[in-house]
Amino acid sequence: MATETAPRGPRVRERVSSAARAVHLDEVKKGWRRLPARARSLIPAVILLGLVATYPLYVDTLNEGWLFFPSEIPFILELPSVSTAVIMIVFVMMAVGLNIVVGYSGLLDLGYVAFYAVGAYTAGWLASGHFQQVSFHLGSVGINRDAAGIHISVWLVLLIAGAVTAIAGILIGLPTLRLRGDYLAIVTLGFGEIIPQVVRNGDRLGGFNLTNGSFGINPIDAPGFGAGLGSAIGLPVNFQQSFDKQNLFFWAALALLLITIYCSVRLRDSRLGRAWIAIREDETAAAAMGVPLMRTKTWAYAIGAFFGGVAGAYYSSFKAGAFPSDFYFNISVFLLCMVILGGMGSVWGVVVAGAILSYLNQEGLSNIGTWLNRDTPVSFEVAKYQFGIYGLIIVLMMLFRPTGLIPESRRKQEIEEGVHDGETLYGDRHA
Amino acid sequence: MVLIVVLLLRNFVDDPQEFINVFLIGLTTGCVYGLVALGYTLVYGILQLINFAHGDVFALCGLIASSIIADVLFLQRGDGALVLVGGLLLTLVMTMGFGATINASIEFLAYRRVRSQSRLTMLISAVGMSFIVQNIALIIYDVNFRSSPDLIPQRNAFTIGDVSMPWDKVAVVLITIPVLMMLTWLVRSTKQGKAMRATAQDQDAAAMMGINVNRTISFTFVLAGGLAGAAGLLFLSQFNMRYDTGFELGLIAFTAAVLGGIGNLTGAVLGALIIGFIQAFNEGLAIWTPGSDWTRSIVFGILIATLVFRPEGLLGERTPEGA
Repeated sequence: MATETAPRGPRVRERVSSAARAVHLDEVKKGWRRLPARARSLIPAVILLGLVATYPLYVDTLNEGWLFFPSEIPFILELPSVSTAVIMIVFVMMAVGLNIVVGYSGLLDLGYVAFYAVGAYTAGWLASGHFQQVSFHLGSVGINRDAAGIHISVWLVLLIAGAVTAIAGILIGLPTLRLRGDYLAIVTLGFGEIIPQVVRNGDRLGGFNLTNGSFGINPIDAPGFGAGLGSAIGLPVNFQQSFDKQNLFFWAALALLLITIYCSVRLRDSRLGRAWIAIREDETAAAAMGVPLMRTKTWAYAIGAFFGGVAGAYYSSFKAGAFPSDFYFNISVFLLCMVILGGMGSVWGVVVAGAILSYLNQEGLSNIGTWLNRDTPVSFEVAKYQFGIYGLIIVLMMLFRPTGLIPESRRKQEIEEGVHDGETLYGDRHA
Repeated sequence: MVLIVVLLLRNFVDDPQEFINVFLIGLTTGCVYGLVALGYTLVYGILQLINFAHGDVFALCGLIASSIIADVLFLQRGDGALVLVGGLLLTLVMTMGFGATINASIEFLAYRRVRSQSRLTMLISAVGMSFIVQNIALIIYDVNFRSSPDLIPQRNAFTIGDVSMPWDKVAVVLITIPVLMMLTWLVRSTKQGKAMRATAQDQDAAAMMGINVNRTISFTFVLAGGLAGAAGLLFLSQFNMRYDTGFELGLIAFTAAVLGGIGNLTGAVLGALIIGFIQAFNEGLAIWTPGSDWTRSIVFGILIATLVFRPEGLLGERTPEGA
């Protein structure tokens, strides 16, 4: 390296190193530029994905302190555990789903938790022993053949839950999507309040125990690949019964998240996605250009609900239960906070913000609180005031950076005039 | 509709005394809701903003009122009537002042800067502000419920037949009615009210006519905050409250404002009374009612039905913009 042979004088060194930087980095940059555009966007993504996918394998080693990695990270003390990571992924999935409704289409939904609840309870109905009256098995794994209740393969249940939730979304959407902006927000908030209460009181609906009241439905079956595939190629028979179940849940959740992100990105660039964005930008103009408002909005609702339902079902399978106390208005706001913080409409922004916020929610804030109370004279229960902190984040973002951490490329392009096609979430930063 | 009338009649015939008692409870709750709903309606009327933080301002005011009563003025049950009345009036004024200050500060900090942007931005900001105010109350008062000592004697103010109305409930009605009349007078007949109506119609045009738009909006928030303060004290005199009481009550009050026709002062009070009665009847009557487990679902069901079928509300006028 040129910098090693540089003279001691700071000024000269500065000049030499800047020259070296210019030469070397230019070379690297040129080489980088020469790569096809596809590879340029693919390589970092693959590296990142590899790092994330192998996370359960090295997290424990890192947390114990390995090479240069400190055994205790400042502020947050340690990396999130694998089970926290599963929850993070589930919440990111929901945030990506909500992003379709709020970010792409500009429909403020304050009741997204309702979809989460519907998904979780669909899983509860279709993959547990809740309905003792019947015994129905379809591809269930690791469960006694004679067990009462409906036991459908969880993979299938995920899809069914998504579909049921999408239908719920359409049912909620049809009467309400005619309303404009803030009224819509209030109506969705109303549904977000009603559905948890129905769930809570649903243990004696006309004498029928639909939701088992405040005790919730448990245990819910776990996904798995069954005995056949298990003995043939060594795939896990049933996640919950495997000894490394958290890792299995982690990888499955990651796969689901990748599918969600892929769908979300492809949808954004589709005809439907462009219609959503047109509606978001100017409803009247969009209608004048022939975009069918109601149908387009209802699609946004249904698809956003679909992902919420899948995430809810998966989460309940991971926790092996669906409980009414999980569904609070606060969760809706929490998800909304992820979308806002990440940048409305920006998938990658929402993923990053969702990961950060759900991490803070699960482990981070309490760890920070521990750190504060131990290493500083401040005594403050950070976790207790988490929603105050989120509120502060929301307001500050609205005041100072309403486009979010990683603004949607389309919005940036609109501002910067020089419109390019193709990739470029990060690419145009120096342009 | 017919079913509801039949239900009410059946309950009335069955136990008239209980029915009227429940009716009076509904009237009191309705009045408190009305004061909060007025705050929503005032702000919505001028900014088209659902001020989510309003319910939490109300709760914070109630909690502050409990502190003023207990720790500042040292009011106790045995004090003389004059001391009590004077003390409570002083508490009322202080709480209203506190609410007004808080509400105006919220507008100044969180809404003014984003007013020029989309309405959604301001709405999201309001949601965030709601959590901040709620957590301020949490920091000061922790999760405990607060209540006030029974300062107003529970003695009956009057008794008709078997039905009696205690003083503390009379006081709620006695405060709400003059406040509503004052407010109506203020908005209809004063210069400031005229400025408010003008700003509500068209901010730019109002500014061109020499109206200080910022000050008018601030004034509206001051009014709304004062009402929230009064409501907080009155609510405290009836129920326990803690930091998150305001959230749900705020939603109910907002429902009331929408039901009556948002932006319409009389409508807000009418809607609040209706919601108050519905809640009281649902929770208090014995026959054929779903019970308190379902109150929230019923109230929000009404909200959704109103917005879907008659978005302008009971007394509102259909605006060209629709809902």
